[in-house]
Amino acid sequence: MQIVVDLNRCQGYAQCVFLAPQVFELHGEEALLYVPAVPDGQDEHVLRASAACPVQAITVGEQAGGDAGVE
Amino acid sequence: MSSETRDGRRDGRIVIVGASLAGLRAAETLRDEGFEGELTLVGDEPRLPYDRPPLSKQVLLGKAGAEDCGLPGRRALDARWRLGVSATGLDPAGKSVVLADGERLPFDRLLIATGTRARPWPVPGEAALEGVFTVRTSDDADRLATALDAGPRRVLVIGAGFTGSEVASACRERGLEVTVAERGRAPLIGALGGTVGDWATKLQRAHGVDLRCGVTVTALKGSGGRLTGAEFSDGSRLEADVAVVCLGAVRNTEWLADSGLAAGPRGVACDAGCRVFTMYGIVTDDVFVAGDVARFPHPLFEYQLIALEHWGNAVAQAEVAAHNMVSPGPLRRPHLAVPSFWSSQFGLSVKSVGVPTFSDQVVIAQGSPEDRRLVAVYGYRGRITAAVTVNRAKWLEHYQRLIETAAPFPPGPGAADRLADLEPVPSDVPDPRVLTHGPTVALTGHLPDRRLTLIRPGG
Repeated sequence: MQIVVDLNRCQGYAQCVFLAPQVFELHGEEALLYVPAVPDGQDEHVLRASAACPVQAITVGEQAGGDAGVE
Repeated sequence: MSSETRDGRRDGRIVIVGASLAGLRAAETLRDEGFEGELTLVGDEPRLPYDRPPLSKQVLLGKAGAEDCGLPGRRALDARWRLGVSATGLDPAGKSVVLADGERLPFDRLLIATGTRARPWPVPGEAALEGVFTVRTSDDADRLATALDAGPRRVLVIGAGFTGSEVASACRERGLEVTVAERGRAPLIGALGGTVGDWATKLQRAHGVDLRCGVTVTALKGSGGRLTGAEFSDGSRLEADVAVVCLGAVRNTEWLADSGLAAGPRGVACDAGCRVFTMYGIVTDDVFVAGDVARFPHPLFEYQLIALEHWGNAVAQAEVAAHNMVSPGPLRRPHLAVPSFWSSQFGLSVKSVGVPTFSDQVVIAQGSPEDRRLVAVYGYRGRITAAVTVNRAKWLEHYQRLIETAAPFPPGPGAADRLADLEPVPSDVPDPRVLTHGPTVALTGHLPDRRLTLIRPGG
């Protein structure tokens, strides 16, 4: 499972940091850093974080194209 | 039979050249909007789509692996992926894309999303020295992170745009000695002008960066194929075992040289609906463009053709291009999104809306150049055209509304942390030719306060 955060939208509410602290962290007051490849056992936390985001900046999904025949 | 079916817009063959953020989001939008035909994505890197912003941040800090930055899909795509092969030509009359391995891909509609690549160090022999890096691809970032892990004695960053500043920030956070060389008078000045540039100068120095502005690196020196240091235009020398070349980006348009399209070093020109122009300025109806490689007219900025190397623009423009590729004329949409971008460096979040280089004046509405927070508002001929925040992202929506409604500059009371009237000062946007780093917003027509064409020699 992969994550991407639209950091144009992110305003540093930090709900994700509380709900999935192993994946999201604030660097200083407002700069969000995250682990793009969700570590084992963190899926549930990440889905909760994505749902809780007040500005809905977090996209969670499987690797794009991972389901297709890649040549 | 619906008009869409009569047009053949929901079926046929669509080829997308470029399998990064813009190409991916366009492909997903095509399927979302009911395209049922054959869809092929071509990418020159042998990887599925990945996200680039983390490469100069999390990856260089060692918090994520370069190979872990894959982009999540928004939906399943029934698509053919041709990865690890570049497009080398376009036959617009025969309607096919030629690939480096000789395959011809016929199309009914084409999306160009080939983006940019890192501008290389101009001397190939020096660029090939072990220890000299650029940061654009996943492999670039992986190699640089490995080199930083080895604990170099000093890192030289050439160019103080966003990438160079983020690299310098990561090095300092790792405790590495870092020198930044920039030909302009301040970091970030190309994109954000002199006031925020002066602020960035103080920020970098406060974090222990050996920042040298007004100089160029004249030579990279090596011994036994390894980088040992650099020489500067002021006659000084520096010992360094890693050099990171952050000279901005080159648009990937060479493959279109014989296509008859309006494609060149400044990008691929298109109309507000992402339809590409021919070299005669006639709009095509089957070739579209999106992302960093596109030059498009923006009504907020006097319809100048602008090119934006921004994550958000790649997504928004890809969605508009894809919609227009499967929609009949009256249902097409213009790409009007207000430009916005972010950077994080030295523990701060730097964000922007509008086009700060499209300005003649700037005011500081909140914070001060001495603070670790800032709101700077840019104006051009009495209207607000941009705002930049540092650790004040919540204010950007407010300024975006003012930009969209052409609100007067300097801004009226409100959204400021002081009672006194805001004092505008010149925005001091430099001629891009004097910079080491390329601006990430290229106003490729003219800057508003002077006639100026941006053509990079050798680009």
